[in-house]
Amino acid sequence: MAIRAELTRSMLRAAGILAGFAVFGALLVAVTWDATEERIAENERAYLLRTLADVLPAGAYDNAVHEDYITVTDEELLGTAVPVTVYRARMRGRPVAIVITPVAPGGYSGPIRLLVGILADSRISGVRVVSHRETPGLGDKIEVERDDWILDFDGRSLGQPPRERWAVRRDDGVFDQFTGATITARAVVSAVRDALIYFEAHRDLLFATPAGAAELQSPPAASEETE
Amino acid sequence: MSGRVAEVIRTGLWTNNAGLVQLLGLCPLLAVSTSFINGLGLGIATTLVLVASNITISVIREFVRPEIRIPVFVLVIASFVTAVELAMNAWFHELFRVLGIFIPLIVTNCAIIGRAEAFASRQPPGLAALDGLAMGLGFTGVLVALGAARELIGQGTVLAGAHMMFGAWASALELQLLDGGFLLALLPPGAFIGLGLMVAAKNLVDARQQRRRTPAPAAAAAGEAA
Repeated sequence: MAIRAELTRSMLRAAGILAGFAVFGALLVAVTWDATEERIAENERAYLLRTLADVLPAGAYDNAVHEDYITVTDEELLGTAVPVTVYRARMRGRPVAIVITPVAPGGYSGPIRLLVGILADSRISGVRVVSHRETPGLGDKIEVERDDWILDFDGRSLGQPPRERWAVRRDDGVFDQFTGATITARAVVSAVRDALIYFEAHRDLLFATPAGAAELQSPPAASEETE
Repeated sequence: MSGRVAEVIRTGLWTNNAGLVQLLGLCPLLAVSTSFINGLGLGIATTLVLVASNITISVIREFVRPEIRIPVFVLVIASFVTAVELAMNAWFHELFRVLGIFIPLIVTNCAIIGRAEAFASRQPPGLAALDGLAMGLGFTGVLVALGAARELIGQGTVLAGAHMMFGAWASALELQLLDGGFLLALLPPGAFIGLGLMVAAKNLVDARQQRRRTPAPAAAAAGEAA
């Protein structure tokens, strides 16, 4: 019996010490979190604003784009079953452009996340890659820091070039592919084209849906049909 | 005492270098060392965690019983890594974005729990701190050297991305020395080849020193202590 009691006591002590360290660890993280929380939120906000500004026409909008967003889901055109964020840029309340954040599912090594800025008249105002895992030196030319390729989308629309020529050269399209990374270029081109198609199909609702909504919906006053 | 201090420093930086001799923490070492700045960032973060965890574990070494020491070490290390991660996110946001998953993965760097177990849990806090610093700097040195080499050979730049760590003025430090580069260096095989060459170079230096010292075997034996 004495051995058992001894054993129990020793186990309890060990558990107590462990619990003590769990508390110590939690405290350390809590204190750090408290000290950094504001800065991190500020960083995230600045980062988002900066990236959004990259694909929007400078000075053409006056709202807080990063706060005026909705989420939409369209697996076929936006490349993911996960809801995708759409930011809206406006000037004195009038729609100027949107930024869609679709995924190009057909990347060479995994999905490529994009930002696609589209003006209210359906022209592209800018495209940027948010994240990708393409081969360094080949597929990473889709990054604007490495190559001007992604700027080729600026000003284009579904009519310019015609829809069937929205493809890389090898597929009879108008867009350059990079040597050794055709798949990457192909994935990005079709994702941008699909984003445009999505935009044309839902243009009015994309701007009219109240901020914060989790899917397209008519504003309270109007009675347009959602799909 | 001063002999002990010198030995700890030498062990960490050279004779028992985490990257070149123990070959610990290879996963982040190989993955992140694509540029000087990336290597420096991860190296500093790892060093901070090593010093903090070594001190803590040395302070508590008397009353943490052997049967629960490993979970306690893991708790301590994980807490410090999370703290470092938050701090980097707050003050070096861009670098944090580049290093991404490898910051939280410092928890799993065997070099850290290895030092906790092999050194910090048996030595006074001062020496443990020094050991953490020396080991961390040794690891950082390998990261930085490998990163700089791969960056230069792979994309022909020096100090690319320095602004992420030192602020906007440091963009002036970023040089494009060669036009383009030898891609292999940036790919995973380049990391292995580079590290292999560094290990070979270290062994070469050691062998040469050994040969020079042969007349006095006592001195050579001291280096083996680790």
